[in-house]
Amino acid sequence: MPEDLNWAIGGEAGDGIDSTGKIFAQALSRAGRHVFTSKDFASRIRGGYTAYKIRSSVDRVESVVDRLDILVALTERTIEENMDELHDGSVIIYDGERTEMADVEVPEGMIGLDVPLKSLAEDAGGAIMQNTVALGAACEATNFPIENLDSALDKKFGSKGESIVENNKEAARLGQEYVQEEYDYDFDYDIDTTDNDYVLLNGDEAIGMGAIAAGCRFYSGYPITPATDVMEYLMGRIQQYGGTVVQAEDELSAINMALGAARAGARSMTATSGPGIDLMTETFGLVAQSETPLVICDVMRSGPSTGMPTKQEQGDLNMTLYGGHGEIPRFVVAPTTISECFHKTIEAFNLAEKYQTPVFLVSDLAMAVTEQTFEPEEFDMDEVEIDRGKVVDEDEIEAWTDEKGRFQPHFPTADGISPRAFPGTKDGAHMSTGLEHNALGRRTEDTDIRVEQVDKRNQKVKTAEEEEDWSPRTFGDEDADDLVITWGSNEGALREANQFLSDEGISVKFISVPYIFPRPDLTEEIEAADNAIVVECNETGQFANVLEHDSLTRLDRINKYTGVRFKADELADEIKQQLSQEVQA
Amino acid sequence: MSSEIRFTDFKSDKQPTWCPGCGDFGTMNGMMKALAETGNSPDDTFVVAGIGCSGKIGTFMHSYAIHGVHGRALPVGTGVKLANPDLEVMVAGGDGDGYSIGAGHFIHAVRRNVDMTYCVMDNRIYGLTKGQASPTSREDFETSTTPEGPKQPPVNPLALALSAGGTFIAQSFSTDAQRHAELVQKAIEHDGFGFVNVFSPCVTFNDVDTYDYFRDAIVDLDETDHDPTDRDAAKEKILDADKEYQGILYQDENSVPYSELHGIEGNMAEIPDGAPEGAMDLVREFY
Ligand SMILES: Cc1ncc(C[n+]2csc(CCOP(=O)(O)OP(=O)(O)O)c2C)c(N)n1
Ligand code: SF4
Repeated sequence: MPEDLNWAIGGEAGDGIDSTGKIFAQALSRAGRHVFTSKDFASRIRGGYTAYKIRSSVDRVESVVDRLDILVALTERTIEENMDELHDGSVIIYDGERTEMADVEVPEGMIGLDVPLKSLAEDAGGAIMQNTVALGAACEATNFPIENLDSALDKKFGSKGESIVENNKEAARLGQEYVQEEYDYDFDYDIDTTDNDYVLLNGDEAIGMGAIAAGCRFYSGYPITPATDVMEYLMGRIQQYGGTVVQAEDELSAINMALGAARAGARSMTATSGPGIDLMTETFGLVAQSETPLVICDVMRSGPSTGMPTKQEQGDLNMTLYGGHGEIPRFVVAPTTISECFHKTIEAFNLAEKYQTPVFLVSDLAMAVTEQTFEPEEFDMDEVEIDRGKVVDEDEIEAWTDEKGRFQPHFPTADGISPRAFPGTKDGAHMSTGLEHNALGRRTEDTDIRVEQVDKRNQKVKTAEEEEDWSPRTFGDEDADDLVITWGSNEGALREANQFLSDEGISVKFISVPYIFPRPDLTEEIEAADNAIVVECNETGQFANVLEHDSLTRLDRINKYTGVRFKADELADEIKQQLSQEVQA
Repeated sequence: MSSEIRFTDFKSDKQPTWCPGCGDFGTMNGMMKALAETGNSPDDTFVVAGIGCSGKIGTFMHSYAIHGVHGRALPVGTGVKLANPDLEVMVAGGDGDGYSIGAGHFIHAVRRNVDMTYCVMDNRIYGLTKGQASPTSREDFETSTTPEGPKQPPVNPLALALSAGGTFIAQSFSTDAQRHAELVQKAIEHDGFGFVNVFSPCVTFNDVDTYDYFRDAIVDLDETDHDPTDRDAAKEKILDADKEYQGILYQDENSVPYSELHGIEGNMAEIPDGAPEGAMDLVREFY
């Protein structure tokens, strides 16, 4: 039966949904299966309901779909919530001894496995392990070698002591045996394993790992969903590499601390989400005007205001592109996959230091809370290159001093990039400021110098436009007449949508753009296409708007702003629909 | 080395543009003197300036420096110091900068106890924006934005610092040059956050908190039996609204600076050419 397995656990917040889901995802990954997870906090009905969903296959998976094969339902509502995705043959694991689950109705055609999760857990050493019992039951229903689950349990509970690990393994066994003995179904799900070793991580972790790889030593931030994982990842790890994490009192402080550390010469970063970006905006200009290299990461969530803090949206593009008073030269880089979160973070640090500018690293909730398996080679540390730009030491400094021997940190060079002297460098003492300044960094309102310095700072972006590679990624059918463009975390779902479409004989060319500013010029591709559609998670089509502005061509759009990420099959349908409408019109 | 450094080495060749007679001249001179006395050189000193007349100090001094945005000087100084503990970090700002827009940062910088020095040029008025009430202005002080006075009690910065767990709390008077420089020097030498509130009169917009006023009002703690290590005694002095004290109000001799507690050492500017040694371990963790 299907290689593809879609598994979920759902219940109330506080039921341990996340960690249980993560353990099963890890078990699958250890069995050499690819995994893609998503956390569904359903927005349709009342609060409280949460679910962790896993899509798994021996082939790479990059999206969730509207299908559920195995569901661990800790509450009745879990079944209700997932009704649309369940199908004939779906397995529902639940605990009929739980009062509210006693009269649960398993929909017709589906297989209900009533497993006394709690009492079996108690037999194994404690009711707290009831979710582990469910995982054991799920292993039986999918013919999944339970040793892989053991190994995930070792990882999860190893630090808590041998007996906890052993009790959990026992709990899983009891769940497995219960299903074996009580039910004699011939389950459809006979999932394969491989010998491959994968790593399983989410976008925030990939950003944190990229930061350490890139030599970031200083991180300051203020907790906010969904960016906090970056900070939590770095905390405890960055110290091992000589760095530190500071939890600031607010985002104003966070970005200013990061700026201070960057001026001291450290590779430095802060990460936040929408409301925090608003607070930080004040300092964007100072970063640019003082020519301080800084990576500012915005893990977008649903806005405006506090919006839907645990929901997906790509609504901050305009903010990162235009935020701040005055005109601020900057780069905006937006990874489109979890592994790109790693690579683009490294690139962001190099851009920031080479060009001495703020670099906005824009990610989103869907990427931040999603875990995905990768070959470890995708994060090859030997490939990491570090470019610190024009840093001058005490021997080189004289070349950059004026006739009075004063260092000129804002000397207007042809490429716009001036020398940088880390504090402590002999004879390099200088002033930096957010005020308009001359080559020495001193305040001026001289009209010629003002123009010279504005041009100099903007020249850096022009230089980068020429020197760096801003190309997008293309997939699907290169020669197709129809074009779909996207940015951010939608790429995975589109790659799978492409699969669905080509299975139906529909060929489309896809372009996924990781650079918002500077960005590739897509005019030729757009002009050549019969239909060009831009896919993004917002209502106003912020990326579509900038592309329209670039290409002077009207673009079609697929926008989703329910708070839930795109799914592959949903996207395939939408694209098909839009293309057929165009044909009819 | 240290003996070669003179306080004039910290002077930039730019002439200060403060109003003649402004208290900030004396404040700055004392800071430069203290830096020189403690053996620092302009190349290993980092001055962070706020916004306001007081914030111009970074321009008139010679050192590595940054002039930030209004109210955020302390976080910037924190970042500088943590990233490179070898630097002597001196943060300066005004009473508006530090106790109004930056008040939140002030409390937290005090709590954090990073080893740096913070001098606030307290003129009890907004100077640069031409004479509005500041958080330390008197309740009945008439200004362009408070024609009948602010009608709210002034902020007591020393009390804020003490209640936030300050480990070095001092007050000086810019024109009492010797004493002011000495107090800043003690703040620099302190292991932790050295806070000095400096009476630095604005001769243009404040005709109440003048040189004459302070000269008469100030009580020097060295001429009393005040024991700066006694927190209760400090509390009593700090809450005494009738007097203007000069000297160290409180010093915790057991202060342990943030970086020591957090194991931060070394200059973070120095990084390898590629990913750090052993970085593949970071990937393996995700197996
Ligand atoms: C965000 C922001 N708000 C307002 C201002 C305008 N501003 C500049 S200086 C200043 C007050 C400075 O007062 P104080 O800190 O007491 O310093 P002084 O000029 O008296 O030395 C204000 C409100 C600004 N620069 N930035
Ligand atoms: S306005 Fe006041 S504070 Fe500003 S320079 Fe003049 S005297 Fe000094």
